[in-house]
Amino acid sequence: MLAVQFTRVTKRYPDGFQALRDASFAIEAGEFVFLTGHSGAGKTTALRLIPAIERATSGAVLVHGQNVGALRDAAIPYLRRGLGLLFQDQKLLHDRNVVENVLLPLAICGEPPREAARRARAALDKVGLRDRERAMPITLSGGEQQRLCIARAVVARPSLLIADEPTANLDSEAAAGVMEIFRSFNQVGVTVLVATHDAALVERFGSRAVRIDHGRIVAGHGALAAA
Amino acid sequence: MRAWLRHHAQCLVAALRRLVRTPVASALNVLAIGVALALPLGAWVLLGNAQRLAGEAHGDPQLSVFLAPEATRADASRVEAALAGAPGVRRHRFVPKEEAAAELQRAEGMREILATLGSNPLPDALVVDLAPGDPDAAQRLAAELRKLPKVAVVQLDALWLQRLEAALRLGAMAVGVLAALLGVGMVAVTFNTIRQQILTQQAEIEVSRLIGATDAFVRRPFVHQGAVTGLAGGLVALGIVAGALYALNGEVSRLSATYASDFRLALPPAADLAALLGFASALGWAGAYLSVSSHFQRTPRE
Repeated sequence: MLAVQFTRVTKRYPDGFQALRDASFAIEAGEFVFLTGHSGAGKTTALRLIPAIERATSGAVLVHGQNVGALRDAAIPYLRRGLGLLFQDQKLLHDRNVVENVLLPLAICGEPPREAARRARAALDKVGLRDRERAMPITLSGGEQQRLCIARAVVARPSLLIADEPTANLDSEAAAGVMEIFRSFNQVGVTVLVATHDAALVERFGSRAVRIDHGRIVAGHGALAAA
Repeated sequence: MRAWLRHHAQCLVAALRRLVRTPVASALNVLAIGVALALPLGAWVLLGNAQRLAGEAHGDPQLSVFLAPEATRADASRVEAALAGAPGVRRHRFVPKEEAAAELQRAEGMREILATLGSNPLPDALVVDLAPGDPDAAQRLAAELRKLPKVAVVQLDALWLQRLEAALRLGAMAVGVLAALLGVGMVAVTFNTIRQQILTQQAEIEVSRLIGATDAFVRRPFVHQGAVTGLAGGLVALGIVAGALYALNGEVSRLSATYASDFRLALPPAADLAALLGFASALGWAGAYLSVSSHFQRTPRE
């Protein structure tokens, strides 16, 4: 079962810039995959096509077999609820405390408050922030903020976790901690896709890497290439 | 469904909290809406009281059917039969010419005048009490009665009725126009209030939409806030008008006492007031809805 499948995907922005060119790759459910490449290679665009934040100019993006490009606007929120998203700029709510940030996806999913509180605390527990649940995000360190983002991304139990440069602003120790958290989620069956330009991190981790160069997939196509 | 209801309840509580958290700004908004609504509400209340006063002062409209001098009782019965099935007729009474003359004689100075005439100049007549509120029906009935044989004159005391109806209709229209204008103003006030609220919560809206919130989910807290603000504005308007009536009623009582009346200005029935509050709330809701929709148009879902 494929979690993500890109088939000859091209993305051209209105200003004419072509971020992806005929890109094809696939990720099996339960896999841990890196999306690597230099800055501006098209990693973020590729990630943004999965939850339909962007739409492909041509080609097909399938998520769990569902063609994202064919989705009506009204169906997009329901697609996103099944995904855990970590943004490059984190997008934490700084007027809400840690646990309130983690509660947001559960409120969106209509989880009853008591159950939501229990799950939010469990998610904070997994990322090691249980004792900081009343803290405001601004008081957390960079690594803690990233772990808070992870807690928010996984609290609604997504089957696919997508992270855009999650270690970009972290020191090596904090980065390793974040990657270990990703690994622990992957070990319980969550598909993880991490975009990073940090070749050393990819090498250290040893998972499959899909490499993008100027919008083209140049290595690690996955099951699609094998087929 | 339960989650949907729960979110509505949470949004309502959050809207109330938000109003309480910013008491000055909330109070000024509510006051602006209250004053805007108080004008048409006051005019509406005064119009209702004018209608009530007109009803008390003039009683029900009447129609007088005067028969020809040679008309018999059978001719009068024919008119009575026509009145029996006519719509808008409350009751009617046959007044024979002798009874009319006797009544006229009781009036001061009329006995001598009638005596000089030698014979009774008055015709047999029917006095018809009509239901109020439909001058057109009264006109139609008068026209029908005029076609009957031996009917000499049909006198409809309708001119004042038509003038009053026209004046009240004009008043109602003016109140409607005023209410519409100020209603639009209220929607604009709510629109702007919610727009500012949206600006302060832009990050939350953006994140929520990115992680799976529907437009309805994002819109819900704001429309609740708009509805609550509108409702509070409606209550303020009601308070202003009730206070004004209380202040005016002392003088109104003194004035009406000189006409041997106990007339006092009164608020409309509770059901009408509840409808008004519902309307104010709906206007607030509409302003908020438009505001959020406008925000969605300006910032499409990423």
